[in-house]
Amino acid sequence: MAVTGAILVLFLVGHMVGNLKSFFGADSFNHYAEWLRTVGTPAVPDRVLLTVIEIVLVVAVVLHMWSAVSLARRASQARPVKYAAKRKSQANGYATHTMRYGGVIIVLFVVWHLLDMTFGTVNPKGFDAEPFDRLVAGFDPSRWWVTLFYVVAMVMVGLHLRHGLWSAFQTLGLASGRSYGKLKATAALVSLVLVVGFLSVPVGVMIGVIK
Amino acid sequence: MNLTLKVWRQNGPSDEGRMVTYKVEDVSPDMSFLEMLDVLNERLILEGDDPVAFDHDCREGICGMCGMVINGVAHGEQRATTTCQLHMRHFKDGDEVTIEPWRAAPFPVVKDLVVDRSAFDRIIQAGGFISVPAGSAPDAHSVPVKKEDADAAFDAATCIGCGACVAACPNGSASLFTAAKITHLGLLPQGQPERDSRAKAMVEQMDLEGFGGCTNTGECTAVCPKGIPLDTIARMNADFLKASK
Ligand code: HEM
Ligand code: SF4
Ligand code: FES
Repeated sequence: MAVTGAILVLFLVGHMVGNLKSFFGADSFNHYAEWLRTVGTPAVPDRVLLTVIEIVLVVAVVLHMWSAVSLARRASQARPVKYAAKRKSQANGYATHTMRYGGVIIVLFVVWHLLDMTFGTVNPKGFDAEPFDRLVAGFDPSRWWVTLFYVVAMVMVGLHLRHGLWSAFQTLGLASGRSYGKLKATAALVSLVLVVGFLSVPVGVMIGVIK
Repeated sequence: MNLTLKVWRQNGPSDEGRMVTYKVEDVSPDMSFLEMLDVLNERLILEGDDPVAFDHDCREGICGMCGMVINGVAHGEQRATTTCQLHMRHFKDGDEVTIEPWRAAPFPVVKDLVVDRSAFDRIIQAGGFISVPAGSAPDAHSVPVKKEDADAAFDAATCIGCGACVAACPNGSASLFTAAKITHLGLLPQGQPERDSRAKAMVEQMDLEGFGGCTNTGECTAVCPKGIPLDTIARMNADFLKASK
């Protein structure tokens, strides 16, 4: 859980920073997309590094889901008889209770997102357009429901990371004694920065700052 | 005050069990929760019924026997309090109170509200001790311990093994209990020689008993009558990872 989650978080940081390039105009963004495909050339052929990263990400997502499913199965085996009274949460950690269904929402989002921005299947501009054009067309104000879906999904990602990051610090044995509070704050801050960073782009297109 | 209780009744380990409703009258707000159950049981005995079986011993919050889930919360909603130290003044006249045993596969129900917590004993037996050469007790100050470590070790040592952490955990994990012992011994000089093997053996025993995996929900700390902090689990994980290298 922690290790695969950490890989996904590193990816998210890179992805968010890359997205922010859209604020510097079409050339900057398209150039970045091009760079992703050609990084490392001529030492290695085009797309090799990108493909490696893609494979690592797919493996990480699959293992992450597999860990989540086995944790859930162990949990139901450990409590075969449920409580009659509704179990009241005493720890008031809202994010904690969204992990399982939140994860599913995130994965559904990722599928849509890939069809939208990578393959262009559900994008008005389609596969042959420049990345920047797909971006601007995708979040056109007339497609407000797409933007809304992105907002909901990013809030879900934020909650997932709010608990997930801190939980990973715990799992890896880092959060003991004095570092406990600091790591909890770090998890919250990183999640917030990621959500705001990601959301700035669709919102930027919506209100016409990115065009 | 008058209360309506919904209590889990189960004749024995192989009985299916069911919730049974009882009315209890004239409960004094000064009674403890267990005294309120005593009142019910005296009446049941007079009426020729089987009294509700529940575990208890010290009735002063130190033995860890009296666990039960009250209205969906282990030891009831009063924080940092065992059931025996919970007073009826926290309830209102006419309240409906649901009482259930700890629910976890490794804690099978013996009868009614009594569960078998031997799984905890086996976790302790796996490594929750230190081996000392026998002889006369050494001078108290012959091995210095940093104040900070002594405090954290002592906090962890206050665990009474009640099992509320398991009962409250949505995963049915015993991590807080196991981590409390590993932290207690791992922070003290006397615990160092067996530190790695202890963490490994206790965590493996915990998994073997069929407890669930920790996802750091924090429900355990919230209900723990001794307020064992969640960072003990990070210390357990750190020791376990180091030992598994
Ligand atoms: C089907 C998709 C997903 C499901 C079902 C899922 C489910 C879960 C669950 C159940 C946990 C365990 C909670 C815990 O151990 O504290 C978790 C942790 C985590 N998730 Fe996800 N998740 C999914 C996708 C993602 C994605 C896309 C990311 C990255 C953006 C991510 C990042 C994390 C991180 C960093 C953790 C913390 C690891 C840890 O607890 O040690 N997850 N996830
Ligand atoms: S950690 Fe707390 S809740 Fe768990 S057994 Fe010890 S005292 Fe009880
Ligand atoms: S009876 Fe001993 S702790 Fe409650």
